Amino acid sequence: MDAIILQILNGLDKGSAYALIALGLTLIFGTLGVVNFAHGALFMIGAFCAVTLSKILSLSYIILDETQTDFLGKPLKVKVPYAESWFGPEIGAAIIDWSVPLAILFSIPVMLLIGFAMERGLIKHFYKRPHADQILVTFGLAIVMQEIIKYFYGANPIPTPAPDVFTGSYDFGVLLGFDPNVIIYPYWRLVYFGFSAIIIGAVFSFLRFTTFGMVVRAGMADRETVGLLGIDIDKRFTLMFGIAAAVAGLAGVMYAPINSPNYHMGMDFLVLSFVVVVVGGMGSLPGAVLAGFLLGTLESFASMNEVKSIFPGIDQIIIYVVAILILLTRPRGLMGRKGVMED
Amino acid sequence: MFGLDKKDATLLVIVAILTLCAPFLLNPFPSESALAQFNAGYPDLMQRFVIFGIFAIGFNILFGLTGYLSFGHAAFLGVGSYSAVWMFKLLSMNVIPAIILSVVVAGLFSLLIGFISLRRSGIYFSILTLAFAQMSFNLAYSVLTPITNGETGLQLTLNDPRILGQSATADGSIPVTSLFGLEMRSTYELVMGPWAFQFNAGYYLCAVIMVLAFYMSIRIFRSPFGLMLRAIKSNQTRMSYTGLNPKPYTLAAFVISGMYAGLAGGLMASMDPLAGAERMQWTASGEVVLMTILGGAGTLIGPVLGAGFIKYFENIFSKINDTVLHSWFSFMPDGLENLVVMLVYPFIGKGWHLTLGLMFMMVVIFLPGGLVEGGQRIRRLFRRKDDTPAAKTEPAE
Amino acid sequence: MSKLNLTRRGVIKTGAAAGTALAMPTILTAGSHAGFTNAPTGSSVTLGFNVPQTGPYAEEGMDELRAQELAVQHLNGEGDGGMMNTFSSKALKGNGILGKKVEFVTGDTQTKSDAARASAKSMIEKDGAIMVNGGSSSGVAIAVQGLCQEAGIIFMAGLTHSNDTTGKDKKANGFRHFFNGYMSAAALAPVLKSAYGDDRQAYHLTADYTWGWTQQESIAAATEAMGWNTVNNVLTPLASTDFSSYIAPVLNSGADVLVLNHYGGNMVNSLTNAIQFGLRDKMVNGKKFEIVVPLYSELMAAGAGENVQGVIGSMNWNWQLQDAGSKAFVKSFGEKYGRPPSNSAHTCYVQTLLYADACERAGTFNPCGVGEALEGFDFDGLGNGPTSYRADDHQCFKDVLVMKGKENPTNEYDTLEIVEVTPRAQVEYAPDHPMFAGGQLGACNPGA
Repeated sequence: MDAIILQILNGLDKGSAYALIALGLTLIFGTLGVVNFAHGALFMIGAFCAVTLSKILSLSYIILDETQTDFLGKPLKVKVPYAESWFGPEIGAAIIDWSVPLAILFSIPVMLLIGFAMERGLIKHFYKRPHADQILVTFGLAIVMQEIIKYFYGANPIPTPAPDVFTGSYDFGVLLGFDPNVIIYPYWRLVYFGFSAIIIGAVFSFLRFTTFGMVVRAGMADRETVGLLGIDIDKRFTLMFGIAAAVAGLAGVMYAPINSPNYHMGMDFLVLSFVVVVVGGMGSLPGAVLAGFLLGTLESFASMNEVKSIFPGIDQIIIYVVAILILLTRPRGLMGRKGVMED
Repeated sequence: MFGLDKKDATLLVIVAILTLCAPFLLNPFPSESALAQFNAGYPDLMQRFVIFGIFAIGFNILFGLTGYLSFGHAAFLGVGSYSAVWMFKLLSMNVIPAIILSVVVAGLFSLLIGFISLRRSGIYFSILTLAFAQMSFNLAYSVLTPITNGETGLQLTLNDPRILGQSATADGSIPVTSLFGLEMRSTYELVMGPWAFQFNAGYYLCAVIMVLAFYMSIRIFRSPFGLMLRAIKSNQTRMSYTGLNPKPYTLAAFVISGMYAGLAGGLMASMDPLAGAERMQWTASGEVVLMTILGGAGTLIGPVLGAGFIKYFENIFSKINDTVLHSWFSFMPDGLENLVVMLVYPFIGKGWHLTLGLMFMMVVIFLPGGLVEGGQRIRRLFRRKDDTPAAKTEPAE
Repeated sequence: MSKLNLTRRGVIKTGAAAGTALAMPTILTAGSHAGFTNAPTGSSVTLGFNVPQTGPYAEEGMDELRAQELAVQHLNGEGDGGMMNTFSSKALKGNGILGKKVEFVTGDTQTKSDAARASAKSMIEKDGAIMVNGGSSSGVAIAVQGLCQEAGIIFMAGLTHSNDTTGKDKKANGFRHFFNGYMSAAALAPVLKSAYGDDRQAYHLTADYTWGWTQQESIAAATEAMGWNTVNNVLTPLASTDFSSYIAPVLNSGADVLVLNHYGGNMVNSLTNAIQFGLRDKMVNGKKFEIVVPLYSELMAAGAGENVQGVIGSMNWNWQLQDAGSKAFVKSFGEKYGRPPSNSAHTCYVQTLLYADACERAGTFNPCGVGEALEGFDFDGLGNGPTSYRADDHQCFKDVLVMKGKENPTNEYDTLEIVEVTPRAQVEYAPDHPMFAGGQLGACNPGA
């Protein structure tokens, strides 16, 4: 029982990352009809927004400590962050400590700008081109973004810890009447789950309850008619692309403390997020979220020892098995509409 | 000629001549000059050019004609490689049975996957093929290690039975792959002044097979069957209204292209008897998609060009390091030299991915039809000027 | 116009007029000619440095490359000579190898067997490399080792820790300086016993591929021998990025030690996840819960940040060693690149010197002669204390370092501290040990 509860928690946590990435991807599919292979790279850039902000906040000047020596026997260079010398050691340390949550604010404008620039500068010219061309150009773009990050930050993962108050884990089991230490879950992962729920909710209500969202939904259904009605759908689509980029970026920012960001983390998520989107049904927002949580949970259960002892290696392939089964039984994924991306 | 019209026959002859003369064409720079870095005329890379050419030609039969975008074709290549290596381990080092088995196994495997995946179309089809290929890769890497030797890749050992051959040669090494005694690795080197050209038996086997594969693909493109496949691409619904069932045609195209992939895998193992699981990874499937689109999907020669382009970058650009750069620009004053090296360095060596990514974007932005369109534009340019056709840079002899 | 050239690529270059040659291409098989592959003819000799330059191990690869460039400088008599001054063999004179200037070519393995072989092949076929050195994973090392055996050149493996490299996949032309899973386990066991006691329940998470399996097998055997009990061994997919679902059940399993048989990005993530779950703050069976990472590398420790603090693991070499050889190497590396070398850099540097030295002592570049000179070679002064290359399996035997994540690092390179230098006698094993059985070196192959 406790093991099952634990894996449900794991599934929700994994699922929230999948759902956030897939949400942006399916938004771009649904609104613009573009296959965006650079979406994983946007997630990665989000994570590097957190890295960058933490580097900026801990910008340091160097003082030489004569009492200690470095590996060459020279006086040790001790780095003192400007933040600590300006605001005093305590506040300075706190600012650096909170760099990941602060990066949320930092990343939104950055990601929106990247999204706008991408759409206006590149994607716009590919609306009428075949999907194959879109794949090639966005894949090329993803490689370029990846290599730029690698050039500046190297290939190694960069530890980006969450604020100290979130270290350690919360003992859920006690709440449910289990013994202590049976069901524990890290605080930051709980924060991640809550955060993604908020973002998903925000995107849905934005599309559902605002005029802007109404126009975009109309555009998703029938772009030409909306254009004929004299509505400038292009501008709105640019904004939609920016929002999708920002959602991917936020998913990345908050993911940075969970796993140290590295330059190819986007590619690790790319295939998975496509599977999630397609299982959910092309262009369906609720489908993407549902599929994200479904696949996350199933993946977690497949990694249980009890399951693995019956089907060795099942955790390697569970995502794909489920994807195949769903696509064979439900032709357009869980909630896909007819005619979208079927040619 | 060979049942082809004049235009296709000319193309075939040109391709045949180019592949046969590749050892000359790919080595335009004297071997001691600084530009020798850009020479690609050594056996391994030439083999890769034609093998990936075969792979891309096959992929184009499916994607270029029917429009079905498979993201799992690397699985067939991988399966082909594994079967070929197993043939070397169990039967003999002759490449013929190995290649035949790899084509057959890849054909059966693609029949199975194609039968299931072709129940869906569009992106749903792509994801189904992707899922099958990723499953094959993940299993080959871990659970199936007894068959695939996992991470290391399937290799020959001195203990293999090789019932029709020998387990080990007289001097105690593993025998090498051969075609009835002609060793695949044997190379004849021709030195002409500062140039050195390498003629490799394995390359010529691959080249002959590629020309045959190319010929077959022309025949398929021009056949009624090919026309049917194009009909599927342009309007499947209309096709079924005329009373034709498109499914057997697409499945046939899928299996044919799977067999091409298996052939490529078998050849790869014949040139270098090792089969690694990474050959089946989605990045490998993605690579053949990129090759085809980059060269020009649906054109005859495009996929081959795309394959050559990507393999050239992977093998030539990744080997340029800063020492090489410094030696190129050493004629400049020191400060300027360092500046130039600093500016160029991010794009070569460890940064070759960056250049590749930029090239993908450039080609697709400026040449919507791929490299083939680039070629056509150049030809038109010359025609308009009424100039002589583009002169190939031939090494002076 | 044309000339007779009997050597360079181990193939016969025939001086025939171009026309006749094209008209009658006589195909000559390799192996019919006395000599060896890529015998250097001019005033220089080319070494091939095949390291990952793209992909997750790119930083390891870059560090290996730096060390190899430094070694080439030292061999050619530039710089301060580094470890050449402390090396017990004095055959190297700083005038290249056998009087030939050392040049090198580099390639990108991408940490894929296929790409690594392609890159090594191009070095052999195009650049005339006489040996290949480097690499950052066992799969690649074994694949390239097989290739070099077939092509007839010497392969010096870089960072490869699997027992198989000098076990069931050993090759006559391949040599390994780096230590292996068995040696890690033998070195770690006594330290773990004194640190955590002999009554522990161990839970293993193991990367699901050959290296992971051999290491897990070694660690489990060594710890069980001293009284620990292995509760469970869970295989994790290589492609995993989030290990939460493998780590969550650990606490309830009754285990009080978690062994992470992971390397690279897997290790960074699994360790980070384990710390997130607060495992090291828990008490189980009345003991403090502990984590062990059997194979450490500086770069990966830096990637895991403060999560490594207090975690025990093993290493082949570390820049903090105080012997003359290590100090000389750290000094010349540090002055050139402004950072201390990693242990994979050390291995690649040392192997370049060892190869050059063996050529000098053998008086030839012929891989069979070089191999003979390396087999059973005893040396000192290269940072690991007295070391020897065993002739039976081409594995180096030397002291192994047991490391611990430092609690208060003073800078980004200062992440680990040396707990103990396990003497070589403790980590030795018989060549026919069951974990290494099943392969044969075969005969040395000089190629053409």
